[in-house]
Amino acid sequence: MTKELLKGNEAIAEAAVRAGVEAYFGYPITPQTELLEYMARRMPELKRAFLQAESEVAAINMVYGAAAAGARVMTSSSSPGVSLMMEGISYIVASEVPCVLVDVMRGGPGLGNIAPSQADYFQIVKGGGHGDYRLIVLAPATVQEAIDLTYQSFDIAERYRTMVVILADGNIGQMMEPAELPPMHAANGGHNGQRASWALTGAKGRPHNVITSIYLVPEVEEQFNQKLQAKFRKIAENEIRYAEYATEDAEWLVVGFGTSGRVAQTAVKQARAKGIKAGLLRPISLWPYPEKRLAELANNVRGILVVEMNAGQMLEDVRLAVSGRAPVKFYGRMGGTVPLPDEVLDEIIRLTKESNS
Amino acid sequence: MQSEIIVSGFGGQGALFAGQLLAYAGMDAGYHVTWIPSYGPEMRGGTAHCTTIISDDEIGSPLVRHPSAAIVMNAPSLDKYEPLIAPGGVLVVNTSLTARKPTRADITIVEVPANAIAEELGSAKLANMVLVGALLAAANFLSVEALEAALEAHLPPRHRKLIEANRQALRRGASIAATVRQRGVETLVMT
Repeated sequence: MTKELLKGNEAIAEAAVRAGVEAYFGYPITPQTELLEYMARRMPELKRAFLQAESEVAAINMVYGAAAAGARVMTSSSSPGVSLMMEGISYIVASEVPCVLVDVMRGGPGLGNIAPSQADYFQIVKGGGHGDYRLIVLAPATVQEAIDLTYQSFDIAERYRTMVVILADGNIGQMMEPAELPPMHAANGGHNGQRASWALTGAKGRPHNVITSIYLVPEVEEQFNQKLQAKFRKIAENEIRYAEYATEDAEWLVVGFGTSGRVAQTAVKQARAKGIKAGLLRPISLWPYPEKRLAELANNVRGILVVEMNAGQMLEDVRLAVSGRAPVKFYGRMGGTVPLPDEVLDEIIRLTKESNS
Repeated sequence: MQSEIIVSGFGGQGALFAGQLLAYAGMDAGYHVTWIPSYGPEMRGGTAHCTTIISDDEIGSPLVRHPSAAIVMNAPSLDKYEPLIAPGGVLVVNTSLTARKPTRADITIVEVPANAIAEELGSAKLANMVLVGALLAAANFLSVEALEAALEAHLPPRHRKLIEANRQALRRGASIAATVRQRGVETLVMT
């Protein structure tokens, strides 16, 4: 396979196609619209389902229906559109049906703007919809990683019968990088048309299946919640992902995900060139969070800098994991602005000076 | 080694395509590359710019504050990017659409009447390729041949009939820049 120069949004779409996605439902919104546009052309070409819904509320409920029928299904949107999907997301997780959501975050709150942002970490990682639920959240930092995570996300969603979110930002969606696409699966991802035993496929000749999220008796609902929590614990054991750069002998640790993570990596390189022993932890799974690894690293560093394109959201997870082992500082840009390496480098230098004084 | 190039102009001038072509050529030459556009509620006649990075190492940030080179295709782009270019960098100015002279003394400045040359070659739309050719001759991070090969390899079928004209524009831009460069002057003025 040779590398092609691919735009993030289109690369994610093609990766989903190659993972065997059978149905795409969505509604256009910048900065993810190229993903929907790509699907509008590609899915009919392969005789798979593409439907532009009348709204994001409709799109997520179409995803719910197709997932209940056992189809490999996805949607994509950006911040305000994902806000509209929150009720459906809670229902989908509670109904234990697998699907994939791609959220290419933009500046907010409110209508905000269409520039890159990471301000929906709380919404996606901590909730947004109602009830005790978790989403498996994967945050790519490169076009190649966006492809790889999207390709794997359908298998992960089906393994746990839950929703996986690819949490990107406008930079990842709009950027072009050389990347390699994975091999093409048939529709339904290599299941050869076989539907899962729980799926609603017509009950002729077998007991009927029920997909629901309603449990009117509180004790029964509690029992179901316990089952869900057991599943989330299993996911937390198995699905943690992160990348590290120059952490072996690091005295100063920078933590950032997605675009902030790769910007921070440049700053860490620049700091090393100045003789500052900096390192980078880039969480890839935002839930489950790489808290154990972060705690280990925190034991060996003199200070930690968290870099985000928001007012300090993942920062809370870093503080929980670090739990006082090292001082934690924050540098954030908001509203659709992206930090540049020299800003992050200045913050690393400030961190070293503050801790030395 | 890392080269960061900003191409900036009015929407419709081909600034984004020029940056993409540099990225394709860099990728085909075996380098790490990123290309990131300005995107916004934009339209023809509005501003458009992109950042292309070509590096022999993994690229962290796809954005830079001080690029090693900039192609400015109109007056607002000259005002915005001339002060930002890293010392020792290259500024390629489209003098057809800029009134003032660049003032930096610590960078190589290449002034090209790109629209006039492009019209001479048959289409004002070739101005972007004239400027890219001039940049390559002045900055030496990729060859003109590598750009020509990238055009051949990556231009979509519906645009293939334009390859020859684009190639001519690249060469014209490169040859003028090279000629003036050989005179050893710091400010390279195209005539």
